[in-house]
Amino acid sequence: MDRRRGPWARFLARSNDDPMKALGIAGLVALASAITVSTAATTLRPRQIANVEAARQLRMQAMVDELPGLRAVMEELGVTELQTRLVDLDTGRMLPGEAGGFDPEAAARDPETSIALTQEADTAGLERREAQALVHLLERDGVPMLVVLPVRGAGYQSTISALLALEPDLNTIAALTVIEQAETPGLGANIESEAWQALWPGRQIADETGAIRIDVVRGTASSTYEVDGISGATRTGRGIADMVRFWMGPWGYGPFLSRLRQEGLG
Amino acid sequence: MRLSRHLTDPLIRSNPVTLQILGICSALAVTTSLVTALTMCAALIFVLCVASGLISAIRRHIPQSIRLILQITIIATLVIVIDEVLRAYAYEISQRLSIFVGLIVTNCIVLGRAESFAMHHPVWPSVLDGLGNALGYSLVLVVVATIRELLGSGTLLGLPLLPTTTEGGWFVPLRLMQLAPSAFFIIGLMIWAIRAARPEQVEHPDHRLVGHETGAGP
Repeated sequence: MDRRRGPWARFLARSNDDPMKALGIAGLVALASAITVSTAATTLRPRQIANVEAARQLRMQAMVDELPGLRAVMEELGVTELQTRLVDLDTGRMLPGEAGGFDPEAAARDPETSIALTQEADTAGLERREAQALVHLLERDGVPMLVVLPVRGAGYQSTISALLALEPDLNTIAALTVIEQAETPGLGANIESEAWQALWPGRQIADETGAIRIDVVRGTASSTYEVDGISGATRTGRGIADMVRFWMGPWGYGPFLSRLRQEGLG
Repeated sequence: MRLSRHLTDPLIRSNPVTLQILGICSALAVTTSLVTALTMCAALIFVLCVASGLISAIRRHIPQSIRLILQITIIATLVIVIDEVLRAYAYEISQRLSIFVGLIVTNCIVLGRAESFAMHHPVWPSVLDGLGNALGYSLVLVVVATIRELLGSGTLLGLPLLPTTTEGGWFVPLRLMQLAPSAFFIIGLMIWAIRAARPEQVEHPDHRLVGHETGAGP
């Protein structure tokens, strides 16, 4: 072997049966792949987020269009979309000004802007919950006409995120729209179907005592607190029910909703 | 050397789908509409060309013992990149293709060309071979998707061609064409047509059943 050659050439000149060469080549290929993948992922991330955000906006518009009579109210009020506000979830207070560019999942990951949930409280499988969250509102004379709450929770094999729209009584569901999910195609993924989401409007969340009763049941629903489950997707259904219960409860939008009931939007 | 042979051969004569019956799974899944099929084809052309070129470029330094792992790593990297690009620039189509772009990793055509061709040939012929095979796959996908979209929903690339009855026209869409088995039927008919025109593609049976009268015993 020529001693004047550099270490790189000497490495390449090794026999392919040499374990050192096998390790080295494997390492180099892995390194090059890792750099390529991470570069692609980080440079394209802003565009992907923008796409998801645009799709979310579209769903929201579509949901608003679905709700009977809502467009008419909006036209009467002279608005084309719901106003988006930030809410402090612990106190239930709305923060002043319109909220833009808030990323709830990023906020939930950052210890500065989130709280850790105890195992008991964490019924939606989130581990951490952001301190502030978004709400979308349509108000007339200080009274909410529609409140749309972004919710998310663990399904069977993915995080499900959805928009939960409430009627002015803040207890009747106006609509539930699933925005993102990666449940089993053909089974759990059917939560995204219009037919299943159409089961939600009109359901009640809590009973007269204030206890949260909403549930996704196996088979056919027997009360206004129940929604038919999808057969073969019991755990996805339970995930959705837990998600709705969590976000309607004391750790979710509960404080905000009770403040809204007492004080209005004032 | 007739380099162009590497490009043209896999189109019909040794088409990966109709002769070698590879890549069938994705051919079923993404051919309900032409636009998803074209996107899938573009993704496969990119992955197959670049993977063949890269693997061929380092083929002399790939140890035999870990060659499959290295090939898969390179292919998977390219697939992730194209998946990310689609999600950034063609979000809606990427949602419709869902996992099938990711599943290019397991598409036998890609690994098959890497293992049987790129490992033993220089870069340029390998790229051409990859391109040829990807185009052969694309040809089948485009034909299947055209038939399925036209007969299944009366449109092509989303443009209404046959007025359907729901729109007040005369055409009743064939629901079957929107279901996976129809792709099997179409690919089967294509294989039959190609083998009828080119009898040399017909496989000779490995074994032949021996009739009872020639067997031993009473």
